[in-house]
Amino acid sequence: MNVKLLVEEFSAWYGKNQAVKDVTLPVPLHQVTAIIGPSGCGKSTLIRCLNRLHELLPGTRTKGRVMLDGQDIYSDNMDLAELRHRIGMVFQKPNPFSTMSIFNNVAAGVRVNGLRPGTKMEDIVEKSLRMAALWDEVKDRLHESPYNLSGGQQQRLCIARALAVEPEVLLMDEPCSALDPASTLKVEELIADLKSRYTILMVTHNMQQAARVADYTAFFLNGQMIEYGLTTEIFTNPKDKRTEDYISGRFG
Amino acid sequence: MRIRRNQRRRIVDRIMGVLSVLATVVALIPLASILIYVSAKGLSAINWDFFTKLPKPVGEPGGGMANAIVGTMILVGLASAMGIPLGILAGIYLAEFGRGRLAWTVRFICDVMTGIPSIIVGIAVYGTIVVAMKRYSAIAGGVALAIIMLPLVTRTTEEMLKLVPNSLREASLALGAPQWRTVVSVVLRSAAGGIITGVMLAVARIAGETAPLLFTALSSRYWHTGLDQRIASLPVYIYTYATTPYEDLHRLAWGAALVLLALVLVTSMAARVAGRRASGGNRG
Ligand SMILES: Nc1ncnc2c1ncn2[C@@H]1O[C@H](COP(=O)(O)OP(=O)(O)OP(=O)(O)O)[C@@H](O)[C@H]1O
Ligand SMILES: [Mg+2]
Repeated sequence: MNVKLLVEEFSAWYGKNQAVKDVTLPVPLHQVTAIIGPSGCGKSTLIRCLNRLHELLPGTRTKGRVMLDGQDIYSDNMDLAELRHRIGMVFQKPNPFSTMSIFNNVAAGVRVNGLRPGTKMEDIVEKSLRMAALWDEVKDRLHESPYNLSGGQQQRLCIARALAVEPEVLLMDEPCSALDPASTLKVEELIADLKSRYTILMVTHNMQQAARVADYTAFFLNGQMIEYGLTTEIFTNPKDKRTEDYISGRFG
Repeated sequence: MRIRRNQRRRIVDRIMGVLSVLATVVALIPLASILIYVSAKGLSAINWDFFTKLPKPVGEPGGGMANAIVGTMILVGLASAMGIPLGILAGIYLAEFGRGRLAWTVRFICDVMTGIPSIIVGIAVYGTIVVAMKRYSAIAGGVALAIIMLPLVTRTTEEMLKLVPNSLREASLALGAPQWRTVVSVVLRSAAGGIITGVMLAVARIAGETAPLLFTALSSRYWHTGLDQRIASLPVYIYTYATTPYEDLHRLAWGAALVLLALVLVTSMAARVAGRRASGGNRG
């Protein structure tokens, strides 16, 4: 197994409240890894530590290592802008830039990181919107505000925005929680397509979704990682009683 | 039972509605009466000369206030050129970067400055700039007005930036944008409408200040000749003319009051329009 991102003995706090407890989790290259677990178990907190957004909240603290291609992203010489370029993120709630047009939303990240020579912004925007299964719905209104898009369309716009900068790793925090079943299906197909080029770590509440799209699954409870393994193993043959209870819907 | 309760709810609703309309009317009475009174008194003084001629010496009829109108614009312009950029930068610092003791101090100074009576600002500027330059000047007046304006602009900017949801900042940072770029291209732009409104209201506020100008810019009977010279302004003219015993000058003072009022109203209205335009009408 070729590990792209390795979370090692990692803990995170909000003030005195420890939300992530000594987690060690490998994220394999070009695979989809899902994190499941009941609400409040620290899933969002953990993935917000992987692009170092967590530390921006006042009073927060982390401990441990996160190795990206063998380099600790918490080391002092890590360039945050470069890190966040390499590790993109789609948030739980859609958060398009409301003052920018749909086109500029997708272009925003590319402008920040610089357009590579020989590429055209129009092409990147179209390609990203197509990948996010949104192109056909917005191609005639690229210069309108994203405000009039539906919640699901806004979320796919945020996915396109993240894809446009071509990150190596894509973090997705319940990307489908605001979507209807049809859009959810589109996003799941998208994730399956993206796998060949990106490494994906997603949080989901939807166990069928984890079973459908994830190669590996990690089960979290109260900030701890209880079990990790191949998705098929976790769902058919969980080793821990608590995992079994959770996936059979007995709590959570 | 159900019907009775519904009926009561409807009656209470009606009463509250009437009460709030009444309250609005009561609140509007002073504003409307000022407008009507100043218009009635001032309109007769307004003519072409008022906007194009210099004031005549006491006793001679006619003359205008062109120099005071221009002077007020210059003073407000000077104050804005200093107060707006500084205030916005300070507001950005407080909302986006300021943590710890320095931010606490800036915020505290800002609050204290908001509470300082404007006449004291005038005296302070007199004691420093006027004394140092050995004369009253447009610069000194502009500085005094800028000092009054600064905390207003700073605090509105800070408040408006704090209204911008954190999820937008995070979206931008997560794309690899450095913090300054996030602030400029995402946060400031989202808050632009509110900031513009606040800034224009601060401009309207200082346009009518009189006391600080008495100690700094003083006044002048002539056209503006340089920023290091004393300069005429509408509020100071109103003050000096209204305190003379001459009927003619009283009339001019009312005219000046009307023009000043119109300037302030236009600025406030422009603030609303600009604010709405900048936020693009696309905020839920
Ligand atoms: N900004 C915050 N300040 C303080 N505590 C927080 C903050 N955000 C989350 N927490 C706490 O940290 C713990 C983990 O929260 P987190 O958001 O990571 O859970 P989650 O697994 O993502 O839940 P959900 O599935 O509901 O999104 C919870 O106990 C929560 O109350
Ligand atoms: Mg969450």
